Amino acid sequence: MAEIAEGGGNEKGGKKRAKKSSTRVDMTPMVDLAFLLLTFFVMTSTFNKPKVMSLVYPAKIEDEPNPPKQPQINNAVTFLLTEDKIYYYEGQYFSAGNPQGKPATVLSETNFGPNGVRKYLAERNAYVIKNVEQLDSKLTREQKKLMAEGEKDTIYERKVIEFKKHKDALKVLVKTDDKATCKNFIDLIDELKIAQIGVIAPVDLLASELELIKAKK
Amino acid sequence: MSKIKIPKHSPSIDMTPMVDLAFLLVTFFMLAASIRNPEPVEVVTPSSISDKIIPEKILLVTIDKGGRVFLNLSGIEARKELIQNMSAKYKVGFNEKQIETFAYMTTFGCTMKELPGYLDMPAEDRKKYETKGIPSDTTNNQLKDWIFYGNIAALNSGKTDYENAKLEGKNPDINDFKPKFVLRVDGKAVYVHAQNVIDVFRDLRLNNLNFVTSAETAPN
Repeated sequence: MAEIAEGGGNEKGGKKRAKKSSTRVDMTPMVDLAFLLLTFFVMTSTFNKPKVMSLVYPAKIEDEPNPPKQPQINNAVTFLLTEDKIYYYEGQYFSAGNPQGKPATVLSETNFGPNGVRKYLAERNAYVIKNVEQLDSKLTREQKKLMAEGEKDTIYERKVIEFKKHKDALKVLVKTDDKATCKNFIDLIDELKIAQIGVIAPVDLLASELELIKAKK
Repeated sequence: MSKIKIPKHSPSIDMTPMVDLAFLLVTFFMLAASIRNPEPVEVVTPSSISDKIIPEKILLVTIDKGGRVFLNLSGIEARKELIQNMSAKYKVGFNEKQIETFAYMTTFGCTMKELPGYLDMPAEDRKKYETKGIPSDTTNNQLKDWIFYGNIAALNSGKTDYENAKLEGKNPDINDFKPKFVLRVDGKAVYVHAQNVIDVFRDLRLNNLNFVTSAETAPN
């Protein structure tokens, strides 16, 4: 705001005095600016750097005349993902009226809640979870501190991988239909990682499995 | 009779400590804040418990809600090599200025045909430019070439960095200089879109992929 200074008008012919200016500077505008900048930086800064979750996909089988067989894995569970829903079955897939005479595969349903897939996985993969917990409890305080700082303990890691690949550990196949979103997929992988599952294989959905999903809806 | 004197207080307060504090905080936030590079697409990534931070050398493929595909490669030298290789492959010429622009740009998503025009635009227009993303279908799989040459370029520049680190007397791990393949997918995108891109990676025998996620606390 501009003010016009009316100099000398009210001096009644007295002595001319040098104006005494205060040594103090008005800091209000500076404070205003400082807080404005402060608010700006507080609001724009993002502290949580994005993280990454690694996932190893199975290698593609090239130039195979016959379509690849369904992998035969012991102690496996197959998750079929569709929009916000998870279906699963255990072991191998058997169609109705298969030559081996096994009962046809029936899908079970679960959800993303803590009482759904997480509880199921914790029960099914109890072997690995228990062993890793035991391994953790044996760690000394120094080792824990080092690991928290990002130091790698190769012996510990090797043992964990051994447990995860053991025949009693649960192996998981993940299949998605055309309605599943990326969030569903990543959430499920996340649940698998929480449940310490080492063998995760995202594979293609079979046509017969898609039929089963459709029949469920 | 003496009057009772009320001590005179100045109505103005000394603001120096407050100013000190304010500037201290401003300095802290300025230094701590990471400046975000302008991205042509907004992507909301799902969350996970993973605590692995995003690696330095990456080849990043972004998939947005509608399934459009975008690419980013870290390293200025690698980007220069990449665009020269792509230019030779698709017989699309680029001048010095366009190559320079490409090297210092971030994520992009357009066809090879559009690329020279896209690079000529001022940065402001580039942000607004409506693209369909990098084509990745079987008939016109440009994404595959981008990833293929991107990988080679990143490996080459990583090799030089590795040699340099060795000359400096450090004990580098060659794996730290190899590019990591990172997918940044929007949570709302249909997984089939991501699967197409993943299949491109798998066709090139790049099976170890990483998904960008935001951090989430692990349940106990």
